[in-house]
Amino acid sequence: MAEIMANGLARRTLVALVENKPGVLARIASLFRRRGINIASLAVGTSEHSDLSRMTFVAEGDPSTVGHIAKHLNKLIEVVEVSDITDNNVVWREMAMVRVKANPESRPRVIQLANIFRVSIVDVGAEAVTMEITGDTAKIDSMITLMEEFGVEQVMRTGRVAMLRSALSQGGEDGAYGEQISSNIIAREGLDSGSV
Amino acid sequence: MVPREQVSSFERAGLFLCDFPKSECRLRKRLPFESLKAGSHPLPYGGGQTTGETFTGSTRLGRQVMMRKTGGQIVCDALIREGVDVVFGLPGGAILPLYSTLGSYPELRHVLVRHEEGASLAADGYARASGRVGVCMATSGPGATNLITGLATAMMDSAPVVAITGQVGRAAIGSDAFQETDITGATLPVTKHNYLVMDTRDLAATIKEAFYIARSGRPGPVLIDIPRDVQAEEIEFDEAEWDKPVSLRGYNPPTIADVTDVESAAQLINDAEKPVILAGHGVIISRAYDELRELAENAQIPVVTTMLGISAFPEDHVLSAGFPGMHGMAYSSLALDQADLIVNIGARFDDRITGDTKRFAPRSKKIHIDIDPAEINKNIKVDAPVLGDVRHVLGQLNPLVAKTTHTEWIQHVEQLKADHPSLRIRETEELLGQHVVKAISDATDGDALIVSGVGQHQMWAAQHYQFKNANSWFSSGGAGTMGYEIPAAMGAQLAHPDKEVWTFAGDGGIQMTLSEFATIAENNLPVKIAILNNNMLGMITQWQDMVFDKNFYANTYTGNPDFVKLADAYGIQARRVTNQDEMEGAIREARAHDGPFIIDFVIYADENVFPMIPSGQSVEQLIEESL
Repeated sequence: MAEIMANGLARRTLVALVENKPGVLARIASLFRRRGINIASLAVGTSEHSDLSRMTFVAEGDPSTVGHIAKHLNKLIEVVEVSDITDNNVVWREMAMVRVKANPESRPRVIQLANIFRVSIVDVGAEAVTMEITGDTAKIDSMITLMEEFGVEQVMRTGRVAMLRSALSQGGEDGAYGEQISSNIIAREGLDSGSV
Repeated sequence: MVPREQVSSFERAGLFLCDFPKSECRLRKRLPFESLKAGSHPLPYGGGQTTGETFTGSTRLGRQVMMRKTGGQIVCDALIREGVDVVFGLPGGAILPLYSTLGSYPELRHVLVRHEEGASLAADGYARASGRVGVCMATSGPGATNLITGLATAMMDSAPVVAITGQVGRAAIGSDAFQETDITGATLPVTKHNYLVMDTRDLAATIKEAFYIARSGRPGPVLIDIPRDVQAEEIEFDEAEWDKPVSLRGYNPPTIADVTDVESAAQLINDAEKPVILAGHGVIISRAYDELRELAENAQIPVVTTMLGISAFPEDHVLSAGFPGMHGMAYSSLALDQADLIVNIGARFDDRITGDTKRFAPRSKKIHIDIDPAEINKNIKVDAPVLGDVRHVLGQLNPLVAKTTHTEWIQHVEQLKADHPSLRIRETEELLGQHVVKAISDATDGDALIVSGVGQHQMWAAQHYQFKNANSWFSSGGAGTMGYEIPAAMGAQLAHPDKEVWTFAGDGGIQMTLSEFATIAENNLPVKIAILNNNMLGMITQWQDMVFDKNFYANTYTGNPDFVKLADAYGIQARRVTNQDEMEGAIREARAHDGPFIIDFVIYADENVFPMIPSGQSVEQLIEESL
C-alpha cells in the first residue's frame, strides 16, 4: 500500500529508465506538475546502459492521481521503462551530508555519536565537522535530530535511490530487476490492480 | 560544418554549437544583432568540404547513395515520402529557408492560411476526414504560438497532426533573439511528442519518427522545431537513410489484445441481459465500423456513441440509440444508467458523459477497450479492461460472442426513446437552430460531411443531423475549440474535394477564425457555411440563465458584422435567412452553387439546448425540456 501521509496525500516510489537526452526531465516534470503531484525527492544518474538514465522519484499527491502517474509516465516516448515499486520488496538508500558545529571541546562527542551511527566524518574544521550519512530516511532524520544539540549548520540530502531485491531462489517471488521493470508489466499491473 | 564527434552533448543540447573556443563563443553571444542578422550566421555552415562521414548503420543497409541536400530539401522529400499532399501554413523569417525550397515541390500543395491557428485547425480537420496525418507549418515565435490551440485540439481528440515550426538559428537559441519562443517547451503538454532538431543529419529520421508517432497507437500532434540554419544547411545526405526503420524503445503501442482479457470481456457480454455499447472516437480512428456493427447485430446490443463517436454507427440503424451526456439524448443517458453492462469501445469516460463519476451507471459492469493504458481506470473503474487497437480487439472478440436477441431489453430501450422524445422540436413560428440543422440533414439526406464549431449550434448539429455515413462528423469535443468550424471545414474539403461539406458555425466562434474566409475564397473551396446567428454567445447565455441565476454578463454581441456584406467583401456568395419559409430555398441555392456559400441564419435567441444534465450531476438531475 502507498504510504498515506497525515494530510491525506499518498506517497509513492517510482523508478524510470529514460533516454539520456536534453528535455526529458522537463517532460516528466511537466507531467507531474499539471496533475499537482509534488516530487518529494528525485535522484537521477546513469544506468547500466550508456545512453539511458535511471530516475527514482518519490511522488506525493492525491492517492488516485499519484497511483495513476506511472501509466502517464509510460506514455512519454523517451521513457523506456517505468515501475511503481511502492508495493514491492525494495532496498533503498538516501545520502546526506551534514555540517555540525564542533569546537575542540564538543568534537569528541560528535565523533562518538557518528561512530555509533556508522557515519563517516569527511571534513574537519576548527569550528565544524562535516559528516556523510547513508541509510534510510529514518536513520538520517535521527542523526540530524541528535546533532541539533551541537548546532546543525547545513544539511544536503540526495533523493532516494531504490532497487528491487533479487530473488533468494530461482523463480522466486521477486524476480530479477530487469524482469520486473518492463513496460509491459507496468501496463499489466495497472490493468489488474486498478489505481491505488 | 562541425564534425559530429567534436560537438559535445552540451553543445548539441543547444547551448553552443560552434568550433570556436567556448570563451569566444560566449563573446559572440554578446553581439546578438551582428550574429542574428540574416545570412550572418557566425558559424561556417555549409561552406565547402563535406566531412565524408557515413551514417551509423548505413553499411548494413547496402550501398550508399550520397546526395548534397539542404535541410529544407530533406524536409520536403520526407513529407512526400510520408504521403503528404497538402500543407497548411504561413511563412515568416525563421522558416523562410524551408519555404524557399517548398516552391520546387509541386506535389506538396501549400494552402496559405491567414492566421496560424487556421493552419493547425485545418490540419486537424484534414487529418480527421482523411485518416491521414495533417501537416501545418509556421515560423518561430508568434507563428508557432498561434499553432498551439490547434495542437491542443488535436491532442484532446487524438487527431494525427505534424506541425513544423521554424526556429531562430542554433547559435541564437536561448539569447532571446527576435521572434524566439521556446516552442518545444510551450507545447510540452499539448503534443504527443516534440523535437528540436539541432543537427541537420537528424532531420530525415526525426520526421519519419514524428509521422510514425503521430499516426500510430493513440494518434496525436507532434511538433518539429527546426532552426533556420538547419533548414538552410547543405549536407552530404545518404539516400539509404529513408530505408531505416523507425525504432523507438520507449514506444510500443498495443495492437492485438491479450487473449484472456478478450475472453473475460466476451464472458461478460454473453452473461449480460441489459448490455449497451458506448462507441467512441476510437472506433472511427481505427476504422472499425464493420466490426462494431457485427458485434451489435450479432448480440443485439443497442449502440450509444459519444459525441465524437457520432458517425461510428449509422444513425438510421435500428440499434442506434443516440449519444448521452450533458446535452445528449435523454434515452441514451437513461439506457447507459439502466444497463447491466457497458461495453466502452474506444471512449474515455469523459466528464461530459459521466457527470459525477460516483453516480455514473452504478448498476453496470464495465468493459473498456482502449489503446491507451493510461485511460484504463482513469475516470471510471472498470471490470474488464482490454488493451489494443479497437479494430483488432473487435476482430478477436466477435467470434467469442454468442448470437443472442436481448428482446426485452431492446424493447425497453425503444420504450425509452418513445417516452423521452429528445429530438422533438417544439411548435413555434420562430426560426430555431434545430430547424436549420434538420432542414440541412433532410436536404443532404444525411450524406454530407458535417463540421461544427463549439456551443449551442454544435449540440443542435450533433442532435439533429442524421448521420448515415461513417466518419462524417468533425467537431472539437475534448478541447471545445470555438473557431474550429471554418479551418476544419477547409481541411475536410481538401481531404474530400468531391464531397459536400457543410459547417455549422456560431456567430461567436466564426469571428475567431473568419480570417480564413480569404483562404476559402482564394482556393475556391466549395464549403457551405451555415451560421446559426443569435447575436450572442448562446451557451454562455444558457449557463448564465440556468446555472448563474440569470446573472447575464458579456454574453451578447451588439456589434456583430453584417455577415452577408462581409462575405461579399471576400467575394463569397451569401444569403440571409430570418424565417422558416426562406430556409429550404436558401439551402437549395447554396447546394447548387459551385463554390463556397454562406447562409446567415438569424435564429431565435432565447432558445436553450435540451436535454441537459448540469455539470458534475447525474442522470437523476436530467432536465428534458425548458421549465
